[in-house]
Amino acid sequence: MEILNSSLIDWSRAQFALTAMYHWLFVPLTLGLGVIMAIMETAYVRTGNEQWKRTAKFWMNIFGVNFAIGVATGIIMEFQFGTNWSNYSWFVGDIFGAPLAIEAIVAFFMEATFISIMFFGWARVSKKMHLAATWLTVTGATLSALWILVANAWMQYPVGMEFNPDTVRNEMADFWAVALSPVAINKFTHTVASSWVFGAAFVAGITAWYMLKKREPEFTKQSMKVAAIFGFVGIVLTAWTGHGSAQQVAEKQPMKLAAMEGLYDGQEGAGLIAFAIPNPDKKSYDDGVDPYIMKIEVPKGLSVLGFSDFDAFVPGITDIIKGGYKDYKGDVQLSFAEKQKAGKKAIQALADYQTAQKDRDAAAAEKNRVILKENYAYFGYGYLDNPDQLVPHIPLVFWSFHVMVYLGGFFGAFFLLLWFFNYKNKLENTKWMLWISIISVPLVYICSQAGWLVAEIGRQPWSIQDVLPLQTAISALSVESVKITFFIFLILFTALLVAEIRIMLNQIKKGPKAE
Amino acid sequence: MIDYSFLQHYWWFIISLIGGIFAFLMFVQGGQSMLFSLGKEDKHRFLMVNALGRKWEYTFTTLVTFGGALFASFPLFYSTSFGGAYWVWMLILFCFVIQAVSYEYMSKPGNTWGKKTYQVFLFLNGLLGTFLVGVAIATFFTGAEFAVNKGNIANLGVENVTGVVISQWQNPLHGLEALGDFRNWCLGFAVFFLTRTIACLFFINRLDDQELVARSRKFLIYNALPFVVFFLVFVIWTLLSTGYSVNPETKAIIEGVANKYFWNLVELPVVGIVFLIGVVLVLYGIIRTILSTSFTSGVWFSGVGTVLTVCALLLITGFNNTPYYPSSVNPQSSLTLQNSSSSEFTLTAMFYVSLLVPFVLAYIIYAWNALEKKKFKKEDLKEDGHVY
Repeated sequence: MEILNSSLIDWSRAQFALTAMYHWLFVPLTLGLGVIMAIMETAYVRTGNEQWKRTAKFWMNIFGVNFAIGVATGIIMEFQFGTNWSNYSWFVGDIFGAPLAIEAIVAFFMEATFISIMFFGWARVSKKMHLAATWLTVTGATLSALWILVANAWMQYPVGMEFNPDTVRNEMADFWAVALSPVAINKFTHTVASSWVFGAAFVAGITAWYMLKKREPEFTKQSMKVAAIFGFVGIVLTAWTGHGSAQQVAEKQPMKLAAMEGLYDGQEGAGLIAFAIPNPDKKSYDDGVDPYIMKIEVPKGLSVLGFSDFDAFVPGITDIIKGGYKDYKGDVQLSFAEKQKAGKKAIQALADYQTAQKDRDAAAAEKNRVILKENYAYFGYGYLDNPDQLVPHIPLVFWSFHVMVYLGGFFGAFFLLLWFFNYKNKLENTKWMLWISIISVPLVYICSQAGWLVAEIGRQPWSIQDVLPLQTAISALSVESVKITFFIFLILFTALLVAEIRIMLNQIKKGPKAE
Repeated sequence: MIDYSFLQHYWWFIISLIGGIFAFLMFVQGGQSMLFSLGKEDKHRFLMVNALGRKWEYTFTTLVTFGGALFASFPLFYSTSFGGAYWVWMLILFCFVIQAVSYEYMSKPGNTWGKKTYQVFLFLNGLLGTFLVGVAIATFFTGAEFAVNKGNIANLGVENVTGVVISQWQNPLHGLEALGDFRNWCLGFAVFFLTRTIACLFFINRLDDQELVARSRKFLIYNALPFVVFFLVFVIWTLLSTGYSVNPETKAIIEGVANKYFWNLVELPVVGIVFLIGVVLVLYGIIRTILSTSFTSGVWFSGVGTVLTVCALLLITGFNNTPYYPSSVNPQSSLTLQNSSSSEFTLTAMFYVSLLVPFVLAYIIYAWNALEKKKFKKEDLKEDGHVY
């Protein structure tokens, strides 16, 4: 029975991961390419140069193909919280549902309405109105990113809520604490800035192909100019917000930071791993197996990255499980066993509170309400059986993080060079740079996916950090049902992805002339 | 004045209104379901697809908003119905997933699966999507098989991991059992034929193609008749049926209330009147279009009528101390506006957000008008530049 059930959790997770990863193939391109084509149309309206219009329209068509499949994969994301994470939906829906509704009301309608003017309105509204519609489409997309990231940030760092034992759920107590949490702001800026890089790398790669083929000289000149500058601005912002992101993780999700670096034993002035191979034989925090096969470190790098302090203490996985260390605020942290005990106490107090309410025993109810409140910070730990459950999949988080950082560094250098060659008008004749531009297209997809793998797998075992572990968040379904829907999504999304890629390749082959 | 109970009712009203607007906008689906019947030739299908293709995103976004608003305001419904009636909702979602790419990909070189596949996707979305939405909504009246026990989450010692889940569906078919009740089929068919009826009215209003408009007029009759029959059977059956009620003092569910929904319409006279006006408008739009070949505005009468009728029907599922999602196997688990809503704080915050809705409606109307200044014909499509 246990095996069957744990596989229900695994399949539910797999389905969520599958659909989220597919969705995220398309969203960053929408966010980045959207701004690029809006900039191009702005240039058209300001200069009256028809070539700018042709250039903008070519990218808009690519945008449209990508947007449609983004919508298709997106609707599942919203409803899946209900269909596969039923307990989650009740337990935190009072807070989590609001940003989703705001996203629909404020952002999706803006996007859906103005995209129709953008595509069909060229001959039906004025030039300026059309430009406004294009910008509003992009604004709608960006606002939707804002609200869904507010929701996601709250899962990583639950704030502005209070547990209500009568309704058995968390209830919102401070809307602005949720909407403007530092994690939300950082997630939004990092995600949007990195999506700008995404869009710029995509445009640069395709434009480079035209340059290699010596096609569309005016089009490539315009596209490359926008991509190089925009991409460079994007990567600078991404690096800056990425550092902010590491600091948020260091403060709020120390286990995630430890997993990103595969750090078992914490230290002051902890080094940042430049390259290492985590040991796959390491199964538990206390099995004595060396966590790395080999490693090269930047001295004190992790302390600086996480806390902007050369000598800051960075707790490792073992520290977090064993407790007793002082966190960045100077508070002594509890061990897993102590947190687990507090969590079980809180859960038991909730059960006893309900019994007392049924028996109309006001004194017992009050007593248990107080116990619950005192221990609620560790509520979720009560559902965990052993400390190893607290540790996310180390190799996956470690590699995702390092791949993201390596590629982030690559894109920094890439856009600097791209800007330089483009500025000097030498790009067309610098073949190796054009080839690197083409290769950077698949790389930007990998980088972007890796970023989310760090964020989401690094959050395990929690659906809501410290409050609700995954196994308590599920729907009561048979594992067969979830397996079937998993495979339907897998087949359907893959089929649609193949079509999407082939349509794009066809459009690129035809080129902007076809407009 | 703005107390918790007001907010719960306000949000049920917003949900009902979005539901009504969604029912109207599903004319897109209705039109898609006639792609191979009304659209006999390629040139007709081309016009139909392009006329509907400029509207599908409104319908889609309304569905997403319906979901989001339900999550924010009645999260227990979200967890109970979506997590329980899994298969019905999943099938509905699949129907909409395949729609979202179809317009854009249908005519593009490289679309891999061929134009016909995407047309079949649109057809399936129109056929199954509308019917299943009708069946799912019918269970707001006919009930569903679930039990809710919020204490489950504190079950630490359970053998089965799903024992901690608050909402437990009691039928292994997970929603498909709704097809065992003919009343649910009636609303399913009523929605299906209604969306086709409105689609005919939309084509008559929008298209500048004599042949297709003439065929739409014929199809209007074929679809309006079964719509009226299924709608009447569902409504009369429902008004005569026994329902549940909520005791306003104890919040307990009272079973076996005779003609509950009929009395809701009577005891909420405004809703009753809105319902009647809605029905009359729907019929007026249809009948006048059938009788007069020069009359092309039927879609607006029937459209507004649909919004009002569906809104009123959804209102009587939850207003007047009625559990809007009755549990047929465990009546005390039935979802009410009180036991399933978000906290007063969240509903208040969302109340302020809802004040943005008029602005949203305003720019939608602007955009709709900007693109629909003249009738829709083949020649204009090239000029517009984005053709499906």
